[in-house]
Amino acid sequence: MLLNPEAKASGDQLTETLLAEHRPVLFRYALLQLRDNELADDAVQETLLAAWQSSANFEGKAGLRTWLIGILKHKIADHWRRSSREVTTTDFDQIDNDADEADEDAFFMSNGHWNGGPTTWNDPEVALKQLEFWAIYETCQNNLPPKMAKVFMLRELVGLEAEEVCRETGLSDANYWVTMHRARLRLRECLEIRWFNQPKAKKENRHA
Amino acid sequence: MRSCRDITALVSQGLDKQLSLGERLTIGVHVMMCSRCRNFQSQTQFIRKAAHRYTEQLQNRLGKNP
Repeated sequence: MLLNPEAKASGDQLTETLLAEHRPVLFRYALLQLRDNELADDAVQETLLAAWQSSANFEGKAGLRTWLIGILKHKIADHWRRSSREVTTTDFDQIDNDADEADEDAFFMSNGHWNGGPTTWNDPEVALKQLEFWAIYETCQNNLPPKMAKVFMLRELVGLEAEEVCRETGLSDANYWVTMHRARLRLRECLEIRWFNQPKAKKENRHA
Repeated sequence: MRSCRDITALVSQGLDKQLSLGERLTIGVHVMMCSRCRNFQSQTQFIRKAAHRYTEQLQNRLGKNP
């Protein structure tokens, strides 16, 4: 849930309830990076505690959630510093320049028509209940170029609003639209090839 | 008439912001006639749903295999 932009909460307006509203988003953010329920929970707990203690520092300009994510990032960084483990998971702070930016054209022909393009998926809802589907989904998601994956995850997995994602990633509006669109085109194609058009999907449905 | 490339870009934007009535009509008319863009529309909604479920999935999986 977005903090009402008009509510430029000064420190004394920060209530526990207000902070707790952001817990799910913070948890998803932490989970995707730490890949551990308990660690993620701890990081969020520490974040909310720190926010509560330093609520006087909150200026309300960038939005409560952006501020909280800023604190959470520090907690996550602390964790990586404390543990000797290498960072192997998605690091939202590591902005890569994707080499393959010119991939959109492959989806469409020069006249703007689909090149190939979406076939009909048979009963996609059923897939959500199948463990094998989630392995494929994860593969497809991991196959996105890093920057694109980051933008997609912040928006669709963590659940930030588009403008918050832009703030987090430093993307312009225009770049955001292009990036999200490419991510969806790629994911869609990957799921189609690796799951929905596989013979193991019981009833194959072809509309030429 | 707008191309599939343009229409899908609009469909995608529609998932992240409120489109104008004109834009929604443009999409509506196009997908009535174009099955691929219609598929794209429903499939991107499905992908959103899957993405929302993914973290739940991850949480469950991590919980079972610590």
